Amino acid sequence: MAARLALSRWRAAPAAAGRGPLLSCRRWSGAKADTVYDVVVSGGGLVGAAMACALGHDTHFCDKKILLLEAGPKKVWEKLPETYSNRVSSISPGSATLLSSFGAWDHICNMRYRAFRRMQVWDACSEALITFDKDNLDDMGYIVENDVIMCALSKQLEAVSDRVTVLYRSKAVGYTWPYPFPMTDSSPWVHITLGDGSTLQTKLLIGADGHNSGVRQAAGIQNISWNYDQSAVVATLHLSEATENNVAWQRFLPSGPIALLPLSDTLSSLVWSTSHEHAAELVSMEEEKFVDAINSAFWSDANHTDFIDSAGTMLQYAVAFLKPTKVSARQLPPSVARVDARSRMSFPLGLGHAAEYVRPRLALIGDAAHRVHPLAGQGVNMGFGDISSLVHHLSAAAFNGKDLGSMSHLTGYETDRQRHNTALLAATDLLKRLYSTSATPLVLLRTWGLQATNAVSPLKEQIMAFASK
Amino acid sequence: MWGGRKLSCSGNRFLGVVISRYRGTQTESTRLITSAVYSENQFSWTPQTKPWVFSEYRIMWFKSYRMTFACLNRIKIYRYPWTRLYSTSRTTVDSSEVKTFLALAHRWWDEQGIYAPLHSMNDLRVPFIRDNLLKTVADHQPGKPLSGMKILDVGCGGGLLTEPLGRLGASVTGIDPVDENINTAQHHKSFDPILDKRIEYRACSLEEIVEETTEAFDAVVASEVVEHVIDLETFIQCCCQVLKPGGSLFITTINKTQLSYALGIVFAEQIAGIVPKGTHTWEKFVSPEKLESILESNGLSVQSVAGMLYNPFSGYWHWSENTSLNYAAHAVKSGVQDHPVPDEFVFKGETEELRGQDSTNAGAQEELKK
Repeated sequence: MAARLALSRWRAAPAAAGRGPLLSCRRWSGAKADTVYDVVVSGGGLVGAAMACALGHDTHFCDKKILLLEAGPKKVWEKLPETYSNRVSSISPGSATLLSSFGAWDHICNMRYRAFRRMQVWDACSEALITFDKDNLDDMGYIVENDVIMCALSKQLEAVSDRVTVLYRSKAVGYTWPYPFPMTDSSPWVHITLGDGSTLQTKLLIGADGHNSGVRQAAGIQNISWNYDQSAVVATLHLSEATENNVAWQRFLPSGPIALLPLSDTLSSLVWSTSHEHAAELVSMEEEKFVDAINSAFWSDANHTDFIDSAGTMLQYAVAFLKPTKVSARQLPPSVARVDARSRMSFPLGLGHAAEYVRPRLALIGDAAHRVHPLAGQGVNMGFGDISSLVHHLSAAAFNGKDLGSMSHLTGYETDRQRHNTALLAATDLLKRLYSTSATPLVLLRTWGLQATNAVSPLKEQIMAFASK
Repeated sequence: MWGGRKLSCSGNRFLGVVISRYRGTQTESTRLITSAVYSENQFSWTPQTKPWVFSEYRIMWFKSYRMTFACLNRIKIYRYPWTRLYSTSRTTVDSSEVKTFLALAHRWWDEQGIYAPLHSMNDLRVPFIRDNLLKTVADHQPGKPLSGMKILDVGCGGGLLTEPLGRLGASVTGIDPVDENINTAQHHKSFDPILDKRIEYRACSLEEIVEETTEAFDAVVASEVVEHVIDLETFIQCCCQVLKPGGSLFITTINKTQLSYALGIVFAEQIAGIVPKGTHTWEKFVSPEKLESILESNGLSVQSVAGMLYNPFSGYWHWSENTSLNYAAHAVKSGVQDHPVPDEFVFKGETEELRGQDSTNAGAQEELKK
């Protein structure tokens, strides 16, 4: 520190009114010639591309330079493929609002999506169930294929190509962070080195590169994470008969939740979280056996015990006595006839949460900041929520002429989102653990808990409101 | 206590005189005999140029002669580091002083450092300036709302307020009498290619540029400056001279009340250390009424006055009805106005009261607003 002061003193003396030399041991001589971007988004997945899109369409960013770095190639569709993709996301109304704010939702509507109006969640070990729906049967959420969302986002990115530059097949290999305290001889920007050797500088780096985030690791941000001993199996299923198919089904088996999400009148998407061994079996078994496994998972009452059943019925009578109006009988999901060839896939699950979402000139969004179990369908919605909050703060900062990388508004974003995300992560993890067992006391607890929650409508509405932000 | 304060003010000047005479910097005191000079932002303890009128100096010498030695000592401890820096700022380059200056000059841009309150004050003063300037134009470019405007930032310090105004599209000229501050500001803006083009810094005082920049600026910003000025009247006159007709003057400063003494000097400087000791002298604080009367008498019609409040725990500033601590004022130079100013920006009711009070205002805008 003293050496640097002495050095800067020596340099400042001859260059009285002008700037001192900018070379320092930490930088290379090409530093001054690099383009200085206002925002660089590292990672062009759902959340990264949506972030770049949202910033590009923001009025206060119309003279700013934004860059999106994507390691993969550009995916171009001439037209919508007929087969549905096996990776789908449940988009909450809040996320749909964000997507429509920069015009991507219109593209999605022109392609394909499925709105669902009711959700039924029930237990394999008892008769308890909970149904969510909106009073006037409004859309509760939308099931959209990930590829469709990406295509819509790419179209909107092209629409603002004067502000947003997208670099495909570019992966950042090195980051150099600025000093927290402005020193005389060093650049205050973040330096990024790409795989091909080129460098660029930015005032704000947004890390959206997934749960193994390179940005987060380079910044040294601690990540609390553990692996669930579960993998999720996804597939596209054909139903036995065409139905209205606007209900999302989820059943908690002791091995993990199985969910059926509507795609069209005859198609649904499967997300089945189960142990690694069982997942491998499911992916490799024959089609008919696979279909049978799915159907029995949804219909079989093999895990029921008399004790739990009678306990559940008891509470049911009590609830009916207190609240005679609403009685929702357990419905059965539509039966599955066959599965799309080559649509079966599995991927491991885990939980992750970054200890800090922001550093000076750095912000993490999406899976880089938090990774969650798919049982609540909230993963990408949390990411979109991060985008709404960060764009709001950045837009206000830009309108106030602030330095975009300044911690004063970045900490506002962090506080905002950490509060929401921590609660949701904790709740999801709790649910996962609660439902992974068939031990009687816990089953009793969760049966009664679920039935009670189902009976209290204000509580259900609160849950829905929290999840659809 | 009142006597002690008075002594400390004059003792301060006295000490400056003593030291400057001791170091033989006669040229300095003669050079500084100009009637209206100011120093830079409130929370800096980089040297403040404190000139004094020559006759005043003789009177001060005579008065201070009667001070007790203990009193002098106390003042020395209280004022000494600051005054020592001042007296060497424009003379020989003393290497140890230069080192201290450089350390200080770095502190400008440390957002969590001693200038943190000034950084967070930007959340209030930039929207204040931006919104009041936008009222004078029919439409603006989104992304660069202040583009096409020429703004003068008097007492810019390290450029804390100059840079946000530059980012909003204005062409800003920042002036400050202290060279080191200008160096820091130049250096800081040099990394941003856009700001480099939009902002220009000069190490000079307002009087030095009055002749060459008469009626050149759409707006003049004097934030945390007028409480360091000796001759406010002349300062305002110079501001008025460099403004175009219909141009805006923005001032933020501290009120002269019991509360501002208790909180602004005793608490902030001596107890809590929010503001470095010796930054302010209570006598030089300006009340809004006095400021308004000077503004009005120089042909600047006051549009709004709004109080600002600093929360030292959260580190954020808030607008307030109460102007007894800090306040911001916006005045417009009367002159040819092409179009009426739309009245959608109301500032916490202060503006309405002011318009009611300012019946003697000769500005054409006043009638237009009513």
